[in-house]
Amino acid sequence: MNSQIRSLILARLGIAVITLIIVSFIVFAATEMLPGDIAQILLGQAATPEAVAGLREAMGLNDPAFLRFLRWMGGLLQGDLGKSYANNMQVADLIGGRLANTLQLAAVTALFSVPVALFLGITTAMYQGSIYDRAVNFMVIGVISVPEFMIATLAVLVFAVWLQWLPALSFANDVKSFWELLRAYAMPVITLSFVISAQMIRMTRAAVISTLGAPYVEMALLKGASRPRMVLRHALPNAVGPIVNAVALSLSYLLGGVIIVETVFNYPGIAKLMVDAVATRDLPLIQTCAMIFCLGYLILITLADIIAILSNPRLRK
Amino acid sequence: MSNLVEIRDLRIGARTDSGREVEIIKGVSLDVAQGEIVALIGESGSGKTTIALSLMGHARPGCYFAGGSVTVAGRNMTALRESERAKLRGTDVAYIPQSAAAAFNPAIRLIDQVIEVAKIHNLMPLAEARVKAVELFRALALPDPDTIGERYPHQVSGGQLQRLSAAMALIGGPKLVIFDEPTTALDVTTQIEVLRAFKSVMKAGGMGGVYVSHDLAVVAQIADRIVVLRGGEVQEEGTTAAILDNAQHPYTRDLLAAFHPVTHAAVALAESATPIPPALEVRGIFAGYGPIDADGLPLKQVLKDVSCKLEKGRNLGVIGESGCGKSTLARVIAGLVPPAKGQILLNGKEMAGDLKKRSKEELRRLQIVFQLADTALNPSTPIGEILGRPLTFYHGMKGATRDARVAELLDMVHLPKTMRHRLPSELSGGQKQRVNLARGLAANPEVILCDEITSALDAVVVAAVIELLKELQRELQLSYVFISHDLATVQAICDDVIVMNGGVNVETLPAADIMARAEHPYTRLLLASVPKLDPAWLDSLADDPAFERAGRSSLLAQV
Amino acid sequence: MAISFPTPRRLGYRFNLVGIVSAFVVLAWALIAIFAAWLTPYGPGEVVDFDYFGPISSQFWLGSDYLGRDILSRIIIGTRYTVGISLAAVLIACFTGVVLGMTAAVIGGWFDTILSRFLDALTSIPSKLFGLVVVAGIGSSIPVLIGVLAVIYTPGAYRFARALSVNINTMEYVTVARARGERTLYLIRHEILPNITGPVLADMGLRFVFIVLLLSGLSFLGLGVQPPNSDWGSLVRENIGALSFGAPAVIMPSIAIATLTISVNLLIDNLPVKIRDRSE
Repeated sequence: MNSQIRSLILARLGIAVITLIIVSFIVFAATEMLPGDIAQILLGQAATPEAVAGLREAMGLNDPAFLRFLRWMGGLLQGDLGKSYANNMQVADLIGGRLANTLQLAAVTALFSVPVALFLGITTAMYQGSIYDRAVNFMVIGVISVPEFMIATLAVLVFAVWLQWLPALSFANDVKSFWELLRAYAMPVITLSFVISAQMIRMTRAAVISTLGAPYVEMALLKGASRPRMVLRHALPNAVGPIVNAVALSLSYLLGGVIIVETVFNYPGIAKLMVDAVATRDLPLIQTCAMIFCLGYLILITLADIIAILSNPRLRK
Repeated sequence: MSNLVEIRDLRIGARTDSGREVEIIKGVSLDVAQGEIVALIGESGSGKTTIALSLMGHARPGCYFAGGSVTVAGRNMTALRESERAKLRGTDVAYIPQSAAAAFNPAIRLIDQVIEVAKIHNLMPLAEARVKAVELFRALALPDPDTIGERYPHQVSGGQLQRLSAAMALIGGPKLVIFDEPTTALDVTTQIEVLRAFKSVMKAGGMGGVYVSHDLAVVAQIADRIVVLRGGEVQEEGTTAAILDNAQHPYTRDLLAAFHPVTHAAVALAESATPIPPALEVRGIFAGYGPIDADGLPLKQVLKDVSCKLEKGRNLGVIGESGCGKSTLARVIAGLVPPAKGQILLNGKEMAGDLKKRSKEELRRLQIVFQLADTALNPSTPIGEILGRPLTFYHGMKGATRDARVAELLDMVHLPKTMRHRLPSELSGGQKQRVNLARGLAANPEVILCDEITSALDAVVVAAVIELLKELQRELQLSYVFISHDLATVQAICDDVIVMNGGVNVETLPAADIMARAEHPYTRLLLASVPKLDPAWLDSLADDPAFERAGRSSLLAQV
Repeated sequence: MAISFPTPRRLGYRFNLVGIVSAFVVLAWALIAIFAAWLTPYGPGEVVDFDYFGPISSQFWLGSDYLGRDILSRIIIGTRYTVGISLAAVLIACFTGVVLGMTAAVIGGWFDTILSRFLDALTSIPSKLFGLVVVAGIGSSIPVLIGVLAVIYTPGAYRFARALSVNINTMEYVTVARARGERTLYLIRHEILPNITGPVLADMGLRFVFIVLLLSGLSFLGLGVQPPNSDWGSLVRENIGALSFGAPAVIMPSIAIATLTISVNLLIDNLPVKIRDRSE
């Protein structure tokens, strides 16, 4: 690895860290906008003013916001995620298993949809303007244009109500066999795959097509190369950066998608936990969940940028 | 069939956005004999590249074959199926592109791209192809022929890439090689090396060639016959000697005339009792980009201690190859790139380096006109507004006064008054450059900086623009700083010339007898590299002392 | 299937069939939003059907909801919320984003760096999550929704406008104006803005679609428009119980969303093309 690549990657990592700090500040500020007195809400209307004041003092709510922000950040860095307001459990314990569930769902979806989407994106670019290309495009626009909950409800209508292949809105808690596991995952995975594949197909196709306009692709044509060779050998290696970026952006879309999908299918993941936390205004839980989502996004995007830097032939020695 | 190429009544159509059909090649017929090199000469839009690509059975997107035939080695390229054409590309007909820098895939090693033809068509084992490629590299006088193929395109120079693209074309042993303006993007000193390499391999291989160019002098060195094209039609055709010495068609004569520009008659310095300060003077300029070091100099220095002087009513030429710093000099004078050190004086009075610190009056007196009229005119602003803005800005003109002045300005550059309602996209290249100039004039300046303003124009248009510049100078007492890479245009308008190389002003010379007075080896090399219409010029260079290899490499090492 | 309209000026425009149809659908929804109050067959809050989740009938064109209210009337009134909130949010987001983007491109330097870094950080918070957090914080009302949606989509508009402006900024006509001594405001207003309006408007359409989708998603989660008012997303939420019967009450609002967003997307992909005839 040469020094230019190393310094570019280090700079990119530095930016990621700065972004994470700004993000944590925004998340903290947004949740701090909550009107009303948290101590009052926690103790209920019947509490005496003295009790409320005591709790405020104990929770450090009287300190300036910036100090509380630093304390919160310090806690996060040491792995202390705080206690849930709602049931006084450690946030870390609440999140643990749920996070694993969500990651599982995301991983299965990614494994399934990334290869399919890349294949469709590249082949539609290869046969641009063909009936195949237009049909895929039409479907992609359709999927991109509708909200995730609609795809979820449509999946339920088709697979559970009409075909009765899969269980409807409930998520089976007692999964006994691999087959049941598959059935349980099928609906959320199908829904999420549709949502993120559409984005990925569209962006991959655009990236390959824009590279196909390069003079070196025309040169390949004039050397007698076939259309697949022009795309696979000449256009694709130069489209790696944009394609990886498209994949990362689409996968980050998973983070938003799971919020709806976990709610619709009652899936015990971290997004569902967060939506429930919003209902009970459980601040420490909301903050932690939000930070996990933002961290996920940042990791994906930073990774994509680093791959783009590594794949840039102009930086090769 | 005796001829390698026979084009008969070729018609190529193009579809416009509105679905209307236009014919861009209107019935062209021409032949290329075995082992003969035929040049297609014409300005942009004459259809020369379109014809060249048709030899490979390729029409750019939006174009299609409308009629006629293109027979190459006995097969009609227009009638074949795409898969059959693909079989002939690279094997029977090969192509050398205008910009090798763009035509090489940045992600693939050079050797793999050079031998790709052999791989696609299964011509020979890859190991054999590599050996053949190295032989070609050697024949094309490429440095380190054994290892240069292992590099990526961004790791070799433009001239080397152009020769590598020739290797890429020749690897399949084609019967016909198409050269599509292969030296246009190169500097003159590099162009020579590439031309020599092309000429020697073509001579050795006995292949036929079609050489597309707009430059008669370049073509004269390599072609056996010349076909002059204009507007998709053949204007004149003949052997190289016949076209050069005895052209019949008026258009060909215009092209030839552009090579013998009238040298500018130097304006005598006005004798005056009190010495007049120079219109513009530059003293010891250092400028560049990047962080400033301890000595107050930028990390990446583009200009190093440049000084020059422009006397009132005279013109100063700045000449040099790409990257020599001539455009940066113009930007420094205009205040766009503040210098790290040095002074800029207008009429003997020093101006601030940064244009934000200059007074409106100083800005008015010095105007800059840019190379590409396409990007120098705001595409969404009508011509009237483009010319009107400086009038309002510098002179506070409004309403009817302003309109009247806009009309005057258009008249000055020989454009009709009605043009003020048009948008830049509706004008031709030459017209745009006139508007570009008129905008500079609107300020009533004393000095105009012309940055390569004729470089993107066709030879015949250049002559007219130069004539206009001279006429305006007589009427308006202007002084020009004329920046160009083209010696002929500089000589046509300037009194004095400074030669730049590597950010340094190597020599200042009177334009009229620049040839005789040049002393610096770089100036001599530059002057000797400008192609001449004489077909024997390239071969005669071997004896030219300016081209002694040792001298040249040490010069390039300085750059 | 292209139709050419000769326009009063010498230049014509070509507008294909898909574009025309989508334009009509978008226009229809706009008119419905404006004249909603005059178009509803029943009061949107009135319980008019004895049955709940009633089927399509001559009396109730799109069936009835979980309380026996007329779905058609509720969709028509819902148009106002969905289209109105989204439009307000997209206008604010694009205005802010484009102004900041052009300024950052022209001024450059630390102003550009800090603004870009900050807005980039904002984009790294997933949009639904951001909406969730803020709505959890300050509660949901129409001004809050508009504000949150606008804040979420400003960085995107900024990035897009900045990228375009940076390209324009390298053009020589901007350099000429700068060399003339023009101020930043003039450069932005006269040299940059006229040359980015086309793409910016197309981008605004795409952003409008995203906002409609996000608003519907938030409403679906119960965090958007609050009862008794309802936009299309909350109509789906209210009637989600009808899903297992496949009743029109849950399908029709979904179709309303889909027709609007698909039409806007298709319209942008098939905008009228100016015919440039460069034969001479």
